[in-house]
Amino acid sequence: MSGHQTYQPQNAFMKWMERRLPIGGLIYSSFVVYPTPRNLNYWWTFGGILSFMLAAQIVTGIVLAMHYTPHVDHAFNSVEHIMRDVNYGWLIRYLHANGASMFFLAVYIHMFRGMYYGSYKEPREVLWILGVILYLLMMATGFMGYVLPWGQMSFWAATVITNLFSAIPVVGEAIVSWLWGGYAVGNPTLNRFYSLHYLLPFVIAGVVVLHVWALHVVGQNNPTGIDPKSDKDTVAFTPYATIKDAFGLSCFLLLFAWFVFYMPNYLGHADNYIPANPAVTPTHIVPEWYYLPFYAILRAIPDKLGGVIALGASIVILAFLPWLDTSRVRSANYRPLYRQFFWIFVAVCIGLGWLGAKPAEGGYVIAARILTIYYFAHFIIILPLLGWIEKTKPLPNSISESILAPGKAGG
Amino acid sequence: MGAIGAAATLVPLVSQMNPDAGTIAAGAPIEVDLGPIQEGQVVKVFWRGKPIFINHRTKKEIEEAKGVNVASLPDPQPDSARVKQGKDQWQVLIGICTHLGCIPIAHSGSYNGYFCPCHGSVYDTSGRIRSGPAPTNLPLPPYEFLSDTKIRIG
Repeated sequence: MSGHQTYQPQNAFMKWMERRLPIGGLIYSSFVVYPTPRNLNYWWTFGGILSFMLAAQIVTGIVLAMHYTPHVDHAFNSVEHIMRDVNYGWLIRYLHANGASMFFLAVYIHMFRGMYYGSYKEPREVLWILGVILYLLMMATGFMGYVLPWGQMSFWAATVITNLFSAIPVVGEAIVSWLWGGYAVGNPTLNRFYSLHYLLPFVIAGVVVLHVWALHVVGQNNPTGIDPKSDKDTVAFTPYATIKDAFGLSCFLLLFAWFVFYMPNYLGHADNYIPANPAVTPTHIVPEWYYLPFYAILRAIPDKLGGVIALGASIVILAFLPWLDTSRVRSANYRPLYRQFFWIFVAVCIGLGWLGAKPAEGGYVIAARILTIYYFAHFIIILPLLGWIEKTKPLPNSISESILAPGKAGG
Repeated sequence: MGAIGAAATLVPLVSQMNPDAGTIAAGAPIEVDLGPIQEGQVVKVFWRGKPIFINHRTKKEIEEAKGVNVASLPDPQPDSARVKQGKDQWQVLIGICTHLGCIPIAHSGSYNGYFCPCHGSVYDTSGRIRSGPAPTNLPLPPYEFLSDTKIRIG
């Protein structure tokens, strides 16, 4: 972070401004001359994609809020009103609903990227934990947003998820009643979920600022996992990273647009076009795809409290990853064993997601139990042990050497 | 002093989320006429936003419920503790699965009692949990018989 020139305002207004609020200098040092490792691959463009998706969700969400009515008698109809009557309402709602899925797709790639290249390791622990907090906030926001259309899936998602808290001994029932504002999920519940669904994205935006701040303190990791040692190892953020991020984002938006325009309901559930009915539970309730692995873990445990604890632990354990992984080599490119276990772990997560969508019976439950055990074993047995037994490959002397010297492993 | 003041300020901010006066008032007891409910029929009524199942049980269902070795149950409770004395045919319970709050389907599952479609909990004709992730039997609402054919729930 040394050796690059500082911001010199050119025109009179920016000179005047810089002496009072040096925002030009902050942007210049953070997003223009900021040195990024020269070997970053496209997996590093998802941070920018996520920032864009957050902004897009806030913009479409604010527009939807102008037409939506958070009341049990009107919510479902107001969503249909958006779909049929509001100018371009169908587009804005499909952008928002599919945008949530794209947001989660991007965050999962971003998280697996961090796991593969060991981006959580010293000195990036706080950066990683802020990311886990962001992920939890995203889950809460996505869940409450899913409740707002007040269809059958909305209502029963709200019922099942709030009932998770009833597993807490002694005070569980009181907490659930407090969350509902009644004796069952009802109008007070919908009202407060709407309020919080509007609030949380701005909390996410705040934590994103901390996340980016922490990133700019410790610098970006890179495919070799070794720190930049000289100016030869880095390039300026602008134009190099900016253009690469813009290209990655454009490709991602093509996928997003494909869903919005060609299969806008593919990731949803037909049952959610049935108005909420507190008397009938749909015969096959499943959460949105991005919660399925955790839902499979919840159902794999044949005990209510145990299932809820496992569900919570499967997310919280991520925050301890910097200390569970005992290897001092960051990148999986130089860890032949970890590299294999990483891909097994990815397959286990996808397998759990697949099982989460299946009925909780017979072989599916047994498979879910095996994968749940493996999920936790990856964190508390495999990762700590690998650090001791794995023979890692020799690291290159520098980032530029890994790229320029032939025959060296790199990104 | 500041901490006490902050804590005192938190009380209304937290308390406002609890059920409000209108919700509590709407949760007053309800009366249900049992006359039209045929033997073998399950009727759903709502009390406090919760579905209450009123099951007019057949002789076979009552015998099945009584003929179980209570000690073998996950949540041991004799059938007599789950109905009013001398009213064996009337099974009144809260139709909310004790696992995560779905509504079980009546007259289904391997004990021909209640089956929860969400996560596969199976209850018998007495509403006792027999298999699946639910930890306890289906709860009973507070209710009393006003006459042979009328109950008050709440």
